[in-house]
Amino acid sequence: MNRGNRQIDILISRYDPERDDQPRTERYTVPYAHDSSVLDALLYIKDHLDGSLSFRWSCRMAICGSCGKMINGVPSLSCKTFLRDYAPGPLYIEALHHFPVIKDLVVDQAGFFDKLPESRPWLIRDQERALADGPHRQSPRQRARFASTSACINCLLCYAACPQYGMKPDFAGPALLALVERYNADSRDQGKAERMPMINAEDGVWSCTLVGNCSAVCPKDVDPAAAINRNKLESAKDYFLRFLKIGSGGAE
Amino acid sequence: MTRFDHRPSLESTRHDVVIVGGGGAGLSAAIAIAEQHPDLSIALVSKVVPMRSHTVAAEGGAAGVVSASDGLDLHFRDTVAGGEWLCDQAAVDHFVARCADEMVRLEHWGCPWSRGADGSPAVRNFGGMSTARTWFAADKTGFHILHTLFQTSLRFPGIQRFDEYFVHDLLVDDGRCRGVVAIDIASGGFHALQAGAVIMATGGAGRVYRQNTNAGILTGDGLGLALRHGVALRDMEFVQFHPTTLPGSGLLITEGCRGEGAYLTNRHGYRYLQDYGLGPEVSEPAPKTMELGPRDRLSQAFWHEQQAGRTVDTPNGPAVHLELMHLGRRKIAERLPFISELAKTFVGVDPARAPIPVCPSVHYTMGGIATDITTATAMPGLYACGECASVGIHGANRLGSNSLAELLVFGREAGLNAASFVLDHAGQGEGTALAAQARDSAARASAWLARPAGGLRLAELREQMTTAMQDGVGIYRDAERMVAACETLENLSQSLDRISLDDRGRCFNTEWLSAIELGFTLDVARCIAHAALNRKESRGAHQRLDEYTQRDDDQFLRHSLAKLAPGQPPQIHYQAVNITRLAPGERRYGAEQTP
Repeated sequence: MNRGNRQIDILISRYDPERDDQPRTERYTVPYAHDSSVLDALLYIKDHLDGSLSFRWSCRMAICGSCGKMINGVPSLSCKTFLRDYAPGPLYIEALHHFPVIKDLVVDQAGFFDKLPESRPWLIRDQERALADGPHRQSPRQRARFASTSACINCLLCYAACPQYGMKPDFAGPALLALVERYNADSRDQGKAERMPMINAEDGVWSCTLVGNCSAVCPKDVDPAAAINRNKLESAKDYFLRFLKIGSGGAE
Repeated sequence: MTRFDHRPSLESTRHDVVIVGGGGAGLSAAIAIAEQHPDLSIALVSKVVPMRSHTVAAEGGAAGVVSASDGLDLHFRDTVAGGEWLCDQAAVDHFVARCADEMVRLEHWGCPWSRGADGSPAVRNFGGMSTARTWFAADKTGFHILHTLFQTSLRFPGIQRFDEYFVHDLLVDDGRCRGVVAIDIASGGFHALQAGAVIMATGGAGRVYRQNTNAGILTGDGLGLALRHGVALRDMEFVQFHPTTLPGSGLLITEGCRGEGAYLTNRHGYRYLQDYGLGPEVSEPAPKTMELGPRDRLSQAFWHEQQAGRTVDTPNGPAVHLELMHLGRRKIAERLPFISELAKTFVGVDPARAPIPVCPSVHYTMGGIATDITTATAMPGLYACGECASVGIHGANRLGSNSLAELLVFGREAGLNAASFVLDHAGQGEGTALAAQARDSAARASAWLARPAGGLRLAELREQMTTAMQDGVGIYRDAERMVAACETLENLSQSLDRISLDDRGRCFNTEWLSAIELGFTLDVARCIAHAALNRKESRGAHQRLDEYTQRDDDQFLRHSLAKLAPGQPPQIHYQAVNITRLAPGERRYGAEQTP
């Protein structure tokens, strides 16, 4: 890669549980070119200046969802954020907010992954279709209904941006609720009823206070805020229908 | 308090099947076992959370014969001829017969395949395929396949995940694979996972080269592990260069662009592929013609254009132009939205208005851990599938969209066959020796953390390795440069134990993992370079400029097998190719093509 001849200073919030009581900030100077990303800078530091810096990364092309960091206070994918936009610097990099830090820029993501199965993010059918029956029919228009919500790469930037998740770690959070909406909106799916309890729960959609930061930081235009709103409508309908049933003596 | 001398923890668990790697192949294997054998316990071990695996970056699509005008025999012929007859024909037959079923299975699990107007899954043209048979989900096919598989896997309680566990050794007892030893990355402690069978699904080794399309995790770990335990790697000299990637970074610009009708032009705006046996120049995409030629031929054509001074200069090296402008903004938005995002983000190009600069980069490891058609390796209890494996379907040149199909077909196959093996060999051999093995292995891995300071820098060795491979074992090769690469790699291999780490801690020490990875990668690089040097002919992706410019079926219609013994250069042997029904012939594309 072309390393370029400009330089920028980067401040990184470091924390090593084996030696630090508190996070500390370290400053590094890195060379960069027009197309150098923040990830390129982190790799340069790791390779040439300080091998003890820990961070997650993998694909380099904004699809694996590994490399989210706080960059000057904004949750961002480090592979898709460019040093040129921060000149003359310095820029400040921290681990994603709202998650416990394991080491340096690496956070514990259990708050998301442990909740994932509860949202039942798989296609649910009353009867499983046999292979011999071939694919379902689904029109391009039907597919378009979940095109944006199925684009989520689970990078968790939206959790780092969400003030509700910061205060209430039990909140299902933007990406998870978008994922629920993804399957509910799929014409092949029949599992909405199974997912309603999770949506209706105290930590479901009603914990969202419509701040909208999630959609602002999403690198994939998933628009979780809009998905949550659609879920709220479903949840309200669900509540109202149950109320009607009870009112008419139709409770189970 | 001292940090270096505390005894590392070593936990131990037992499972029926351990799967190493949580990408498309590993997840396919896990789900197949969980569906068929709900009572079996499955450990899915990966150094990253499964949806970070590199399947996620596959773009263009997955092959599967569906249309009435297509046929399994055509897919078979395209694949075998595309691989320049170095394919195991029984494996190819087995493969093509199962691809479409796997696509349908994914559809039933929710994969958002792109659709035609009638609501059935759409297919697109791909290079070297004689008709449109590539299923796609816009240009994020791998992403959607991986997320569909991962989310579906959450349904099965039998699948126990070990996310961010780094496997650094196999447990082998009496010649049989009995598990793995892993580092729990977060804590730095060790974990021995004993098992009745182990499936390797660790992906390729593209990071062996400097400029590649691969994620940072593609360091050839599974291949290195197999080598160290005496299992051969097959056909490693066949490294696929993808013809359309971004200069410098090597980021992938899908063949799907050309499937949709994109043009490749040189600095004169000329569609140069017509000069390389791929013409006639056609304005609409035509199978096996021009931009829909196979990847080896397109990458080689680039090299010739570069030699002739007809490429375009970019700050990151020479390139040609991939033109999508004539497709129109609407089609690009519908079929190639990710390419549009990548081009805008990484090279500042809106492909609806200007060409994308592209050049070849290392993309795919066509060889791998040698397996038979059931995915079994030579070591009982050890299976391999996906890019880390060589089941024999790619030969000397893989066709685009066969690899996503492969990891589904043979991932499933590996899962079911490993499960059968476990059930057939239940109760045999309680590994008391295994615990001692795991302890020794953990001690060896820990030794990295106790090395004296002031030694060599890991990144410098890695850079010397990738430079040696890029310069010595590239698109065109000759003996002199391959010999130089082999020598450099042997020296680097000797230097490994002079590396010092900056990080001596255990918690999420990625420098430590990188050092172990580099050991694997170097061994894989040595096998590639030696297998290439030994193949004294030109075939598919292995092209020589010295006296061996021609294909030589008499001497080299054979698979190479690379093995490693400690302290020695790789040993290369050869194995007959299983040719069942299509006699070796000439590869023909463009106007000359034969079905």
